[in-house]
This record gives sequence, structure tokens and C-alpha cells, in this order.
Amino acid sequence: MSRQYETVIGLEVHVELATKTKIFCGCSTAFGGAPNTHTCPVCTGMPGSLPVLNKQVVEYAMAVGLATNCQIHQYCKFDRKNYFYPDNPQNYQISQLYLPICHDGGIEIETAAGKKVIGIHEIHMEEDAGKLIHDEWEDCTLVDYNRSGVPLIEIVSEPDMRSAEEVIAYLDKLRLIVQYLGASDCKLQEGSMRADVNLSVREVGAEQFGTRTEMKNLNSFKAIARAIEGERARQIELIEEGKQVIQETRRWDDNKEYSYPMRSKEDAHDYRYFPDPDLVPVIISDEWLQAVKDRQPELRTEKLARYKKEFDIPDYDAEILTGSKHLADLFEETTELCGKPKKVSNWLMGETLRLLKEAGQEPEEITFSAAHLAKLIELLDAGTINQTVAKEVFEQIFRDDIDPEQYVEEHGLKMVNDDNLLRTVVEQVIAANPQSVADYKGGKEKALGFLVGQTMKQMKGKANPGAVNKMLKELL
Amino acid sequence: MQIMDMTALELGRKIKEKEVSVKEAVQASLDTIEAKDEALHSFVTVDAERALARADEVQKGIEDGTYTGVLAGVPAAVKDNICTENLLTTCSSKILYNFVPPYSAQAVSNLNAAGGVILGKTNMDEFAMGSTTETSAYGVTRNPWNLEHVPGGSSGGSCAAVAACEAPYALGSDTGGSIRQPGSFCGVTGLKPTYGTVSRYGLIAYGSSLDQIGPIAKDISDCAAILEMLASYDKKDSTSVKRTDCDFTSALVDDVKGMRIGIPSDYLSAGLDEEVKAAILKAADVLKQKGAIVEEFQLSLVEYAIPAYYVIASAEASSNLARFDGVKYGYRAKEYNGLHGMYKKSRSEGFGEEVKRRIMLGSFVLSSGYYDAYYLKALRTKALIKQSFDRAFEKYDVILGPVAPMTAPKLGESLSDPLKMYLGDIYTISVNLAGLPGVSVPCGVDSKGLPIGVQLIGDCFKEKNIIRAAYAYEQARGKWQAPPCAAAAGKVVE
Amino acid sequence: MANIISDETIEYVGILAKLELSAEEKEQAKKDIGRMLDYVDKLNELDTTGVEPMSHVFPVHNVFREDVVTNGDDRENMLKNAPAVKDGSWKVPKTVE
Repeated sequence: MSRQYETVIGLEVHVELATKTKIFCGCSTAFGGAPNTHTCPVCTGMPGSLPVLNKQVVEYAMAVGLATNCQIHQYCKFDRKNYFYPDNPQNYQISQLYLPICHDGGIEIETAAGKKVIGIHEIHMEEDAGKLIHDEWEDCTLVDYNRSGVPLIEIVSEPDMRSAEEVIAYLDKLRLIVQYLGASDCKLQEGSMRADVNLSVREVGAEQFGTRTEMKNLNSFKAIARAIEGERARQIELIEEGKQVIQETRRWDDNKEYSYPMRSKEDAHDYRYFPDPDLVPVIISDEWLQAVKDRQPELRTEKLARYKKEFDIPDYDAEILTGSKHLADLFEETTELCGKPKKVSNWLMGETLRLLKEAGQEPEEITFSAAHLAKLIELLDAGTINQTVAKEVFEQIFRDDIDPEQYVEEHGLKMVNDDNLLRTVVEQVIAANPQSVADYKGGKEKALGFLVGQTMKQMKGKANPGAVNKMLKELL
Repeated sequence: MQIMDMTALELGRKIKEKEVSVKEAVQASLDTIEAKDEALHSFVTVDAERALARADEVQKGIEDGTYTGVLAGVPAAVKDNICTENLLTTCSSKILYNFVPPYSAQAVSNLNAAGGVILGKTNMDEFAMGSTTETSAYGVTRNPWNLEHVPGGSSGGSCAAVAACEAPYALGSDTGGSIRQPGSFCGVTGLKPTYGTVSRYGLIAYGSSLDQIGPIAKDISDCAAILEMLASYDKKDSTSVKRTDCDFTSALVDDVKGMRIGIPSDYLSAGLDEEVKAAILKAADVLKQKGAIVEEFQLSLVEYAIPAYYVIASAEASSNLARFDGVKYGYRAKEYNGLHGMYKKSRSEGFGEEVKRRIMLGSFVLSSGYYDAYYLKALRTKALIKQSFDRAFEKYDVILGPVAPMTAPKLGESLSDPLKMYLGDIYTISVNLAGLPGVSVPCGVDSKGLPIGVQLIGDCFKEKNIIRAAYAYEQARGKWQAPPCAAAAGKVVE
Repeated sequence: MANIISDETIEYVGILAKLELSAEEKEQAKKDIGRMLDYVDKLNELDTTGVEPMSHVFPVHNVFREDVVTNGDDRENMLKNAPAVKDGSWKVPKTVE
């Protein structure tokens, strides 16, 4: 019988914080500027420049630590991590090794196998590196320091995960927590959330961990899942062949579905950490810690409980709505405006999710406003438009965030409540469809539906379906 | 008296009284530089054109009331590791041979805001690593008192320039004695302030936890006035200290009655030149005559300061100097193989021997497996040294001692044995480790005719104590003595 | 002397510090570092048990910036000293094989 292996996984998750400025200088963190237009002497490592810590970074880091049940080091410091690479203008990264701001926490995940707590070893603050762009024409590299100095927190888990499923559940949960805190938008594709996977395998039942590798360059949940499978297979193969797994950093190539070692003889991986003499310690008083605690927004678990209690919506809807910070915000804002939680939920759960799926988008990418959805619901309730028209208008709201009132007006989509007109049209429909009339009278209820449809068609969809029904029955 | 004979404050007064124009002051400095710097080489860069243009600007500013300070219009020289906007700043290193900073150090901004005029940049030991100004990539600076001797270092150019009357005053930086020791060797007054008093923003770092910018001038009155101008709380420097007691000139009082002065007997033991010892004890005696209570005491731990310093400073330097890599500014090797080849060649060709030595030592002591044994041990030693000073300052207002064990050595004598050169910093280095203020005041010449300085050390934030002691001493000692070679220049003003 | 610096160590320090030394320089560096370390070993005479390592002399802490953008586009100045520039970026030898 072949040997059974267990995969042991720990994650290092980097999250770009949603501050307006960089961690150590007053440069903007905005995306999309031309190369090096968001730089200054500090974030380009000019001689004589000095870092000064952005207070908001500390507050975000504390907030994430509290939300992930971490202890807070009320005395913490920054250290220099020394290594040469052009994306790192000082050739050291300012990070935290000896006294990271948060430590010893954990979050609960749920998979098909049940609930499980994934430990968080530590969370530390650090600066992001610049961007290196390969220039094909001259076969050289171009350096852009716009991202250099953007604040990051690195969330280091314990090696508590055993499968890709658990990893994805952990990342999902973490992402949701950070998004709920407003600390980051956590977009994997844009790199505002990045996960490095530390993975080793061991025979089931073994006490000791195997030798681990660290995989980088994982840009989506799917890539992470594939990389875990790929690396697990690679390591098992090595062991089965009687070879050694080498402790190293590997780069995942998602196209080739294989990882490649990143190490070269010029990288000693000896970072010579020492306390940065240019920065002073951060002391977090009990009062400051309490103030951050008091400001913590409602997180998912609490929000879910509140939705179930406060709103008359199915539990399933509450789960889905709170599964995205943006969706939940939209739900609450719209409900606040129109006072009809159930209807708001129906629009979000139904049409909104359908259109998102069609477009291959995430709830975070919704662009329409709560005000326009609220107005649409009111137009429908007031009988100004009917359900069919409402769906049509909603597609416009979803796509371009149009004002429904104006749209209905401009396109003449108001429901027609003219009884005389309706009577004339119904009479015409009855006259034109003797067979259906006979069927109906002969007991075929279905035939009535056909006649309703014909009437609606004549009325260009703007009739009130209830009124049409009533009128037909009356005249038949 | 001729312009270049005057102290900075005297010249400032004459400018204010319109007896001397700013342009005349600048021109007199430039003429002196022209006449003497070929032999001395105090300057790496002389910025004559802009200094003269700036003179006009400052003259107007003085007349329209923009510049009211006591030093407005007085020309100054700036050490070449202090960034000056649009003016070459090399750290006397090949690796920054063409570096023109797009910003000024905060100290330079403060100087400009007070109506200062920068004459140029002064020579130094490369990246401030050295005690003789011989490690400069641009040639040695010579001692104005005797051209066969070194001016000391690393602020040797600044001290030589002031001693030779090329500049009324200069800015230096002090990491382990780099203002005080060349001050002593060149017979000028140099003050290292309490760590955090002058912003380090724009000072190209050597040992970040030890570096401080400070004034070099003819006498303590000038130093007090210059420091008053340079000191500021700077939000760009996290280690900058908010102080409300920067009115240093208020301490220029000829009164040391009851002042408690301690002389560490550990400073007077073996290794100290007899003539230096005699001169500083004489200076102590002068203060005693004026009513100070002077006694010897045991400071302890003196011999541990140098090893602790070299671990800490080299470790910080190895990291601080990593940014000089041929990517963003400065020297890039002409031929290389790939990225890492470019790094290695640019750095190996761009840095001099002493800098490389310290970078390697620093990289080693921080490397895996050695951090605790060397770096943390040194930081613990630093804590103990600080404690021994704290104990001393419970008993004394001022600590008095030598600046260096001997007077300026001959050119070429020191570099052959780096360790011996390091040992020369024994009396200055612990002051940096403990963040204290210290000043070197000329107190005589030895039998070779080379100047000797006495060092006065104060407790943190107690510059005023050492300024007062220095001032009282100067009153008894008499006016500053120019080196024999320093023929005066500039028009005569009564 | 007590501290013997091996060829491997000098090679390794060269990689860490990105310095390339000639054979002669390596020999000199081995001697210099060894001698300095012998001297530094003097610190071992001191009992520092229980002494906190002191990074900063003063108890300054919590120096912060507010999260407000203060810098605009200063690219021209930042690139002014660059040894090689292309398309508003620093140009370096290619970083990936």
C-alpha cells in the first residue's frame, strides 16, 4: 500500500492598507499614476532622507489585530531587513521582526469538514517595494517607486491548514474581516492582497514537520489552489524518489502550473535585521487601545446576527448579503432609504447577483447607488411601473447607475391605469382570439394567461397585470 | 581688524552696522580660499558665483528687515555630507561624485533662513569614517598650523577652513568625535550638541543613532549663536527632540562660581600625551581659579566605548550605505556583468578602503549567528556607559578632559594602522554613545607648535553648562589665536 | 589572534555587502576584521546580564505623521541624479533571467 501524506500549510498574507499616504512619507498611495510621479526623497532612498511613521497605519494594524483575536504589543519597534534589490530603494525594507504589533491570534474557518481555528502567529507593519517592469526593447528593467513605501501589514498564520479548501476559507474570512474594517480593499488581482504559501508534506501520523518551501506570485484563489496541489505533488514525488525537499523560495508559474526556485547565489537570505535607528518605538497606551476597540466597526458575525434579528429576510439571504462588505453596505443604505428590507434583499439576491454572474464580477465591483435602487422599489410599490418594466429599468441602474424616475419618464414606461383604454384593448383581444376564449370557457385556466399576455403586448407592457386579469374575467 | 580676523558674531555686527557689506565679507572669504586652499584643500567644492549672488540677496534682505539674526550675511562653509540643494554633495566619496541633491538639509534651511551665505562644501573623511580627513576620495586636507600634519577628522575640512580664516564659521558633523577632534587639532572651537537637537534630515547618515550636526567657529560665542540658529524641532526627523531651551547665547556668562567640574582620572592615565595632559589640567586650573569646584573622579568603562562604538556605528553604516548601489544616483561602474555585478563593481570602485572595511565589519556583526554576541552586546554596553555618565552628572555639571590623546599626527602616519587610529577617539566616542553635548576649546599649543583642545562634556540638554564653562575659560585665556600661516584678509575695519 | 576569518566568511560578507575584493584585499580584510573582532571581544569582559540593549538614548516615542498627502509630482527632481533613465523610470540591468 502506498504511503499517505498530509499537507501542512501556513500563509504569509500581505495586505496593502487603505491609507491616503505612504507609511513613511507624504506621497499619495493612489493607483495608476505615471511611473515615479508619487515619489519623494524618502521613498526613493535619497541620501539624508528620513522616515516618519503614518499614524493611520498603526491604527489599521491594531484594528486588524483586534478583529483576528490577537494580542497587541503595546511597545513595538521597527527593524531594518537588509537585502539588495532595485525595487527596494534603500536596499533595506523597514519592517518589524523583534516586536511586531500583533501576535498570537486566530480566526475560525468553516469547511465541509466542519469548524476549525487557524492560528495567527503575528501581524507586522512594513513598507511595500517598488515595481520592476521588464523593457523588451532594451532588455533591461525599469524601476517605478510609486508603490515603494505603500503601507502593508503582513499576517503570518501558524502552519494550521491542511488543504487548499482550508486555505481558501481562511483567506476568504481574512479578506472579509479586513474589508469590514475598511483597512484594505483586498483585491488579489490588483495586488492589494497577496498570499505566500509555506507548504510541507509529511506522512500521516508523523510528529515532525517536513521541510517547507515558500511559494510566491499567487494572484488569485484559483492560482493558490493549483499551486498547493502542484507543490504537494512535487514534494511527494521527491520524497517517494528518496530525494530531499530543499527549504527555498519558489515562484509559481500559473500558466505552466509549476513552481521554480527563486534563489541565486547572490541572495544569501541573511537579512541582518536590526532596530531602525531612524524610527522611535511605538507605545500603545491602554487608552489608545481602548479607543481603537471602541471604534471597531461591526464585523461579519455580529452583522449576520443582527440581520437575522432585525430584518425579516431569510437566513440564507443574510448570509449572502453579509458575505460581502459592499453588498451589506448597499443593503443597509437602501433599506435606510426605502424602509423595505425584504424587497431590497430580493433585488440584491435576485437580479443583482444574476447580473454580476453574467458579467463575471464580484459584489465589490457593484457601481450603482443605494438611492437609485431605493427609488426603483418605490416606483414599483406606488404602481408607477410594473414588475416587467422594473426589471428592465434595473438593468440600466446596474449598468450605468441611472436615475429610474427620469428613465421611466423619458422612455414612457409608466403603467397605464386608463380603464376605458384597457376595456377597448381587452375587447379587441377577446374578439381576435375566439379559440382561447372558448378554451377558457371550457375550463382551461391556462388560456386566460395567454389572453393576459396578448393584452399586455397590446399595451406595450405598461398595463397593470392585476387590472388586466380582472378586466378579462369581467368581460368573459 | 580685517574681515577674516573677525569672529562670526563680530562680522555679523559689522554687517548690521553697514561697515562691511555682505559682498565684501563673501569676497574676503573667497579671496582667502583662493590664496590658501591650494595648499590646505579644505574645500571640495567652492561655489563662488552663487555665494556672490546670494550676498546681494542677503544684503537686500538685511536692509528690508527679512534677515534680522546676528549671523545674517556671515559666510559659512558646510561639510560635504550635509545636503545642499542644487550644490554638489559628495561625502568626499567617488560614489557620490556627481550627486546634486534636490533638497537641503534642515540645518542648511535654518542657516539660509537666518541669512547665511554658503561658500562651498568642505572636505572630510569619506562618509565621515576616519579621524584624519585622509580617506577623502578627493585628496587630503592639511593642517593650517603645520602643512605636514593632518587636520584631524572627519570634519577636517570645516575645521581647517575656520582655522585658516577661509570661512568665519562652518558646519560639521560628529559621530564619534568628528567635530571635536579636528577642532582640537586645528585650534578652533567645535561643539557637538545633544543628540536630537539639530535635525538630521539631509545629513547623509553614517551611524544614525550617533550622528549630530554642530558648529565650528573661532570661539564659544560664535558656536552658541550658530547652534541657536541650527537647532530646531523637525517633523521630518523622528529622532528630533522638542526643546524650549535653545537660547544658548544666554549662557555666555563669565561666571563659574560653584560650578562642579569633574575630571575623569581614567582619562588621564596611560596613553595620554604629557603635554596634552598638562594643557588641559592648566585649563581646569583656570576654571578653578574662577571659582569652579574641580575634582578628579572615576568615570569607569572608558575602554569599552571604542569597541561598542565600532560595532554600532559599523552595523548602522553597513545598512545606511547600502543605498549607494549605482541605481538611483551617483557612480555606476562602466562595465559589469548583470545586476549583481553592477552592484558589486559600482560599490567596490565607488567606496574607499576605510568605508569598505567598516561596511564589511558591520555586515559581519549583524549576520546570522552574530547579532546577539556583537550588536546586542554593544547596545547593552552603551546602556552601561550611559549609566556611568548619569552617575557622574549627579555629581558634576561639567566633565572636563582631553579631546584626543595627542596633537595632530603627521600625514600618512595613521592610515597604516586603523585600529590605532580608532583608539585616538577614546575621549570623544562615549559622548556620542550617551547622546551628550561636548565642546572642544583651544587651550594651548604643544612644543611642536600644534594646538591642543580641552573637552567639556555636559549632561543631555545641558549645553548651557559647557557653553558657560567654555566662555569663562576663554575670558581668562584671551582671544582666539590664528595659526601663524593665517595671514588676515579683507578690508580693515575698526 | 583569537578571531580567524575564513575565506568563506570573507566571500559571504562580500555577498552581503555587495563588495567585490581582489585576492589581496581579501587577505587584508581578513586580517582587519579579525583584529577588530579581537578588540571587540573586550566587551565580553563586561557582565551585561539583565541590561536592556539601548537603541535610543532618550525615551522619545510615538512620533507620527497624520495621513495627509503633502507631496506632489516631483519626478523630475528625483530622477535628476540617475545614472540611467528611461520612460520616467530608473533603468537597471534586467532583474529576471
